[in-house]
Amino acid sequence: MDTDTIAAIATAMTNSGIGIIRISGSNSLSVIDQIYRSKNGKKYLSEVKSHTLHYGMICDGAEVIDEVLVAVMKAPNSYTKEDTVEIQCHGGIVVMKRILETVIQHGARMAEPGEFTKRAFLNGRMDLSQAESVMDLISAKNEFARQNSLRQLQGDLSQKIQTIRQQILHQIAFIESALDDPEHVSLHGYRATLGECVQGWIADVDNLLKNSENGVLLKEGIHTVIVGKPNAGKSSLLNVLVGKERAIVTEIAGTTRDVLEEQISLDGIILHVVDTAGIRSTEDTVEQIGVKKAKEYLQQADLILYVMDASVPLDESDEEILLMIRDRKAIVLLNKSDLDQQIEEQQLAQKLNHPILSVSMRNQTGVKELSSLIQQMFFQGRLSIHDEVFLTNIRQIENLREASQSLCMVNESIGLDMPEDFYSIDLMNAYEALGKILGESVEEDLIDEIFSKFCVGK
Amino acid sequence: MPSVVETYEVCVVGAGHAGCEAALACARLGLETILFTISIESIAMMPCNPNIGGSSKGHLVREVDALGGQMGIAIDHTFIQSKMLNQSKGPAVHSLRAQADKAEYSRFMRRTLEQTDHLTLRQAEVTEFIVTDGIIKGVKTYSGATYYCKAVVLCTGTYLRARCLYGEVIHETGPNGLQAARRLSDSLKNHGVELFRFKTGTPARIDRRSIDFSKMEEQLGDARVVPFSFTTDPEEVQIEQVSCWLTYTNDKTHEIIRDNLHRSPLFSGMIEGTGPRYCPSIEDKVVKFADKNRHQVFIEPEGLSTNEMYVGGMSSSLPEDVQYQMYRTVPGLEHAKIVRNAYAIEYDCINPRQLKPSLEFKAIRGCFSAGQFNGSSGYEEAAGQGLIAGINAAMYIKGQEPLILDRSQAYIGVLIDDLVTKENTEPYRMMTSRAEYRLILRQDNADLRLSRIGYEIGLISKERYDAVVKKEALIAKEVERISHVAVGASEKVQTLLQEHQSVPLKTGTTLAELMRRPELCYEDLEELDLNRLALPYDVIEQVNIHVKYDGYIKRQMKQVAQFKKLEHKKLPEHFDYHQVKSLRTEAIQKLNLYQPSSVGQASRISGVSPADISVLLVYLEQMKYRNG
Repeated sequence: MDTDTIAAIATAMTNSGIGIIRISGSNSLSVIDQIYRSKNGKKYLSEVKSHTLHYGMICDGAEVIDEVLVAVMKAPNSYTKEDTVEIQCHGGIVVMKRILETVIQHGARMAEPGEFTKRAFLNGRMDLSQAESVMDLISAKNEFARQNSLRQLQGDLSQKIQTIRQQILHQIAFIESALDDPEHVSLHGYRATLGECVQGWIADVDNLLKNSENGVLLKEGIHTVIVGKPNAGKSSLLNVLVGKERAIVTEIAGTTRDVLEEQISLDGIILHVVDTAGIRSTEDTVEQIGVKKAKEYLQQADLILYVMDASVPLDESDEEILLMIRDRKAIVLLNKSDLDQQIEEQQLAQKLNHPILSVSMRNQTGVKELSSLIQQMFFQGRLSIHDEVFLTNIRQIENLREASQSLCMVNESIGLDMPEDFYSIDLMNAYEALGKILGESVEEDLIDEIFSKFCVGK
Repeated sequence: MPSVVETYEVCVVGAGHAGCEAALACARLGLETILFTISIESIAMMPCNPNIGGSSKGHLVREVDALGGQMGIAIDHTFIQSKMLNQSKGPAVHSLRAQADKAEYSRFMRRTLEQTDHLTLRQAEVTEFIVTDGIIKGVKTYSGATYYCKAVVLCTGTYLRARCLYGEVIHETGPNGLQAARRLSDSLKNHGVELFRFKTGTPARIDRRSIDFSKMEEQLGDARVVPFSFTTDPEEVQIEQVSCWLTYTNDKTHEIIRDNLHRSPLFSGMIEGTGPRYCPSIEDKVVKFADKNRHQVFIEPEGLSTNEMYVGGMSSSLPEDVQYQMYRTVPGLEHAKIVRNAYAIEYDCINPRQLKPSLEFKAIRGCFSAGQFNGSSGYEEAAGQGLIAGINAAMYIKGQEPLILDRSQAYIGVLIDDLVTKENTEPYRMMTSRAEYRLILRQDNADLRLSRIGYEIGLISKERYDAVVKKEALIAKEVERISHVAVGASEKVQTLLQEHQSVPLKTGTTLAELMRRPELCYEDLEELDLNRLALPYDVIEQVNIHVKYDGYIKRQMKQVAQFKKLEHKKLPEHFDYHQVKSLRTEAIQKLNLYQPSSVGQASRISGVSPADISVLLVYLEQMKYRNG
């Protein structure tokens, strides 16, 4: 069976209550020993009894990350039937993420979506009748992760990774063509050339890593989509939210002309807000595309802010939007409360079960109420970030690290004067790690590159 | 009408490099075997380049040899020049390549076949398959004779519906003007076999007397020749070698080619088959790499008893008159007389997806296939498959498990796995970059990797196997010993290090540690190693590699251990993957199409994701419980 050690956040990604990071596999105890410190600093969790709970700190080197309780469950008496450690920490997303990253740096790997359950099942922990649901869970979680990994990447970021990957592939292809056809392709003096390339790639990847630690890498946060008819005040809402908090995490480059995206911190809760084109039936092609996009965003959103112009009566487009958000987490905002009201709040409340707020973007009234409503939903756990989104992000950072390490090994091999065929092994690892971020598989890339770029063969 | 009816255990169709290995394997395993060929004169013929081996192909030959095949022995007896390629690079990519005396090679293989018990040679065109209830029963020949058997190995090479083309000329023949096999394709189709149309090509042969070698660079063989076969005494291959010659195309050559492209059947659309990218015609090279102002041309002898010289690097399907013009622009070939024209050849081969990793047809029990018929190219690729197909035909008849080498065991394993698992759109050629565990799959350790398998199958003698076991023990013991030989920073040590331009020692170390320095090897440190025993050269070679590349090799061993887990999880045959509901639609379609034999193979099919593999694992577990 799988023996490597996996880790993931086991609780919902809300800011409430306690967060649990779960580690499972044969190295679980050695991982926790490296990062756990008891009060007197003398306790090793690999030596404690199974099914015991321990108070202490999680540390990354000298730095204390959080005060925690650690549960130790030894094989085979755990969910996965493997050595399992659960770290209970203070809920906050930032803390949970930090702990998970520390765990991974000390020898665990990020669990694949659904992997704990898969292990539990394969190790005979679960009833046979649960097999169908285990398979469904695995495929659903993976599908979500796959769809999201690319969407979450900042536009120019995937471009940068793509460029580095292409350059790496080109060099591998050159080395390999020389190995396959030494009489046509010479590697004379190549070591120095490759050395320079590798230095450059390491710098590039490390730069991306540094950015990722500042949170710039990925679109994290509660995916919030603002929808409404044209001119209802959607953009004003975004401006007000941004302006009020003055806490834009990033201005995202490469946004399309019909969708504007901002990252906003609302008293500690990060929202990834998308302002969409107004939804209405239209003949205009360009606008149709915008509307189609808006609908797509709407389907993927964690939270929908539906802005209505209260000064005009409900029409067909409103009905359409109301239908779309019916079973979703949404807040309805009755804008232009400063004007004559054509829509009755009570009348509307009968039609749907979403909270409704009267606001005026012009006078900036109701914004505070909106902010506290979102917080309330979040802390009550009614609103959560899809955990796979977060986990995907951590996986991607792990992949970047792996790429960087592999490139460093190439560098080392060059320094040691190893033969060239050794370089391509680690170059290939780096190439594959970067590919995982983009969700691309390797397949026949290399062979294609060799034949398209180098004239080899008799 | 009365006709000939005979019964054998195995029928092998085709006596090229695949067919010879298949027939020899079966006969040597004691099965009554008949080997059909369209012409007895064309046994083990090399219709294209006159060499055996080369990068990664040399590995295949070594593996064939370690498993008890014939190719290595045959080339050791008939080579006229030999080189170990990539010697400046790591041991994993060292590769032997020898120039063969084509006629001698063919003759040697024919003698071997003729001297093998249980083996019958027969000149005849096989035209029909006899299949009952999905099980092979025999074959029929053009004369109407029937040969009943328990297993068939198809090795038809490039002969099925073959046609050779240059310019507007079409010969409805196989290679070298030999008769094509026109009828078997229809029989295959009738039994549901899906066929592809592939093409390949060969350059002209030129009369040696018409070549001016003074305008070319001489290419010599290695001073010390290394044999292919582990059974060959290295002293026996230290022969007088012949030279090859290097020259180049130039602007004039390229101009002639460009001006006449419209007359090439490749560009005019007359050829429908897909050609190999690694073996491009000179037309292809000139068009695709227009910025290159010259291409290498290797002039290689075809044998000692002929004047024919092979023009390596200039395969073509341009018309005869253009061929003359084009070749004559190359320095040294100004007055070239062509003996045989260059041509392209088109032929039928199968979509190898229809095969199991044992090379047996999924839909026809007892029917195996190998070589170019499976969509590969190259003599060595053919031999590797032929040996495996032959062995597995024998295993099938004996009711034993088939031999399936995985990707971590042999290049042959990589080759067959690629063929039966990946989309194949051109003739497949082995390349070192296709082997993900190549540090382990070296040509120098093929005997250590595969002799046990060859012995268990029955193709390697007890004596030969015992020698390998002994070698293995010597290597392990010596590696262990030198890891414990202490070396101090004495004056003697520092002087020796200085002599080899190596940094002086600051503190004590071990012999093994010193050997890891790129500039030092086992032999260099003899003076410091007082208890050293005299060891054979091949043992020392292994000790050097083990110690020097220890870290890398261990890393690959770890990856192999991971890989093996999925490889060992077998999937049921003829399974309908619609039953596994959580699989994605694309995965269901691909899995149903390929019917992989293991989860490992499934994971390499394009369109099957890691999540699908997880789902499959859970499903298998469920099945296991259900079936008790």
